Amino acid sequence: MKLKLKVWRQKNRKEKGKLETYSLDNVSEHMSFLEMMDVLNEQLINDGVEPVAFDHDCREGICGMCSMYINGQPHGPDRGVTTCQLHMRKFNDGDTIYIEPFRAKGFPIVKDLVVDRGAFDRIQRAGGFISVNTSGNTQDANLTPVPKKDADKAFDAATCIGCGACVASCKNASAMLFVSAKVSQYSLLPQGKVEAKRRVLNMVEQMDKEGFGNCTNTGACHVECPKEISLENIARMNREFLKASITSEK
Amino acid sequence: MTALDSKIPEGPIKEKWTNHKNKINVVNPANKRLIDVIVVGTGLAGASASASLAEMGYNVKAFCFQDTPRRAHSIAAQGGINAAKNYQNDGDSVYRLFYDTVKGGDYRAREANVYRLAEVSANIIDQCVAQGVPFARDYGGLLDNRSFGGVLVSRTFYAKGQTGQQLLLGAYSAMNRQIGKGKIQMYSRHEMLELVKINGKARGIIARNLITGELERHSAHAVVIASGGYGNVFFLSTNAMGSNVTAAWRIHKKGAFFANPCYTQIHPTCIPRSGDYQSKLTLMSESLRNDGRIWVPKNKEDVIDIREGKKKPTDLSEEERDYYLERRYPAFGNLVPRDVASRAAKERCDAGFGVNETGEAVYLDFASAIFRYGKEKATINNEREASKERIIELGEEVIKAKYGNLFQMYWKITDENPYKTPMMIYPAVHYTMGGVWVDYNLMTTIPGCYAAGEANFSDHGANRLGASALMQGLADGYFVLPYTIGDYLADDIRTGKIPVETKEFEEAEAGVKARLEGFVNKKGTKSVDHFHRRLGKVMWNKVGMARNEKGLKEAIKEIQQIREEFHKEVMVPGGAYEFNPELEKAARVEDFIELGELFAKDALHRTESCGGHFREESQTPEGEALRDDVNFSFTSAWEWKGVNSAPVLHKEILSFKDIELKQRSYK
Repeated sequence: MKLKLKVWRQKNRKEKGKLETYSLDNVSEHMSFLEMMDVLNEQLINDGVEPVAFDHDCREGICGMCSMYINGQPHGPDRGVTTCQLHMRKFNDGDTIYIEPFRAKGFPIVKDLVVDRGAFDRIQRAGGFISVNTSGNTQDANLTPVPKKDADKAFDAATCIGCGACVASCKNASAMLFVSAKVSQYSLLPQGKVEAKRRVLNMVEQMDKEGFGNCTNTGACHVECPKEISLENIARMNREFLKASITSEK
Repeated sequence: MTALDSKIPEGPIKEKWTNHKNKINVVNPANKRLIDVIVVGTGLAGASASASLAEMGYNVKAFCFQDTPRRAHSIAAQGGINAAKNYQNDGDSVYRLFYDTVKGGDYRAREANVYRLAEVSANIIDQCVAQGVPFARDYGGLLDNRSFGGVLVSRTFYAKGQTGQQLLLGAYSAMNRQIGKGKIQMYSRHEMLELVKINGKARGIIARNLITGELERHSAHAVVIASGGYGNVFFLSTNAMGSNVTAAWRIHKKGAFFANPCYTQIHPTCIPRSGDYQSKLTLMSESLRNDGRIWVPKNKEDVIDIREGKKKPTDLSEEERDYYLERRYPAFGNLVPRDVASRAAKERCDAGFGVNETGEAVYLDFASAIFRYGKEKATINNEREASKERIIELGEEVIKAKYGNLFQMYWKITDENPYKTPMMIYPAVHYTMGGVWVDYNLMTTIPGCYAAGEANFSDHGANRLGASALMQGLADGYFVLPYTIGDYLADDIRTGKIPVETKEFEEAEAGVKARLEGFVNKKGTKSVDHFHRRLGKVMWNKVGMARNEKGLKEAIKEIQQIREEFHKEVMVPGGAYEFNPELEKAARVEDFIELGELFAKDALHRTESCGGHFREESQTPEGEALRDDVNFSFTSAWEWKGVNSAPVLHKEILSFKDIELKQRSYK
């Protein structure tokens, strides 16, 4: 199929960017979206134009590196997938496709479609862990049973890939879904309960410092999340936060 | 040629590791603060090593080329992690895990290392649970297990089809805790491009800041390479796009021997390729072989009808199907090791039974598992009168709970519903057992330079068993390296900070600078991918699943040709001192081309078949890999002598004291 692409080009963080138009003639519907971008870049290189910079790595929907805003949606029109899992069969011959980077105050642009998501790492460093050192003498893994329901919910929360689609889809550029997924994973497990109060307070504090907006319960984050992380996690984090704020010694 | 000293401790195999730990030097806590360690790579091995070393008190500098350490490709591991816990009471033990791993590796691994791996495996599960890794559990709240290929017990711990993700996020969280404390300095979007040696010892690296393009000098008392495997030498593999051999290859060119490069794992269950534009292949976890049955049609007429779309796989009756793994290997059936399953698929497809247009696909069928689980579930639900449709519905729910994300992945990529029609699969390059040669302490042949995880060669011999990569990565990082590195660093407590304003750093940096500027100034006519694709094609066709002398000799010539053309004609747009993904690729592909040549030479030299290395000249009458223990019971460790000089072979003789050498059989 033939496509017209409107791609955001921006040299670096400081310079102004704009949409450039490119045409592609030979796109197969079996291609993934990023393979279509590879074809575009090969064409640009042959034409002596600098290729479009975009983040990508595993190309199977798990590393969380790809981050395109396609026709106004993070990761494009399909549900429950990352950009790398989006296939061209979701588009039609003759379509014009708008491709932009994730846009949020907390995610400054590096180049073209590449953004800096370092804020997510800094939030995790504030409390996204259980304080246990490596030890050959920790207790046996089966000593503390965990109800299957809790383990499954903790797992569902832990499947977050840290891509940032939740932030990019939110009108407030809020990171609540991302932060609450980590807070939930640990608060549902007995191992995480010891530091639960400190964790939620520190992570939320860092989230605010990074310039992410507040949550107004729109739910766009859940809709666009490639791992379909549940809004229940946000409710759980709010509960944890309230509990910690009232009872913490901090 | 010299004999290599692997520094295996004396004593019975069960006591080696304990005795060794008791005897080696230890650095006291106050002195650890004076010592810096560089870790390159933040996958399971790198992240767990960084976190553990920092917890012990060392100053760690960690590097990854991705935008955050959490994206390392360990994240994509699906099926699970092995551990000799014997929770299932099925007779598992440290010895059995050790035995299975050595046998699975076709008797080409170092016994002492494998035993240690099995010994610490149980600690890994305890550690990860303490970190909050949400493994699958049963209704009693205890940990669940499943089976993997090449073994007869259930010892694999898992988190749906995302075990690697959960383990990596566990190690990443441990790293985050140390980054927050200032004990780890994290350098994301940085790529190591050179090792710096001072007086023969590894003392630092030259890294490129991938955002600005600037070169940076980083010094340390020891350097750990945990940069993963080199499967992308095939261009198409299940590795991430950025996975590369550069860090390992750079130390190789500085004196670290490279071991068994030809030992590559071709994974039997991947989604078949669909076109020339394809950038990577996607794995479907081996765990699917717990419940999926592999088959092709018995009759060629059915094959042709299926290829032409006149018949669907579900139209064929049981009698018209050839469940070739169950037929050839009744004892292990669909759960034979990966190398065996891959060759069997190739054999059927080469014989003309491949079921897609390219003739390179076989079926992985869940219909009977869905029916079996559905019936069980109906019984539990007390639905005695359940219809066939109801049973299938219930069965699909069970399959979804077990493998939901894998089925979703398959569905999205192929646009076919795997609950209703069998998956199509074909082998693809997945893992590399070969890697940097290390001794028992995980030290390379460069003093102070270590290699961990997939980057080293140590534990899997000529074939890795499923769910053992995660085990080895975390064993190296959590429980081996933190001890053994102290033995070396104990001599460095008075050294003080290593300065970077020295001749050695200057020369190393100048070399990297010249190399990168050479790429951008070349102004050739062909893209980096053009050369990478060509290299991949040669590797797959002549150094792939089956190899022979003629093909390997041709491959070596063709790879040399590609190298020469690459140097003349590669085109890298943009500059060296800016964010430039094409430049990153160019440097990686140059290293892959050099590695590819060594790879083919190693495959040519080893005239026996073993594990993933199959020489057509050496097979049993039934077509199984035939080892030559008299002439090849050794590890090949190659020494770099320059681009146009032949590499020099060193041998580490393998002796098997605790396991009897046998022809591997899964029948």
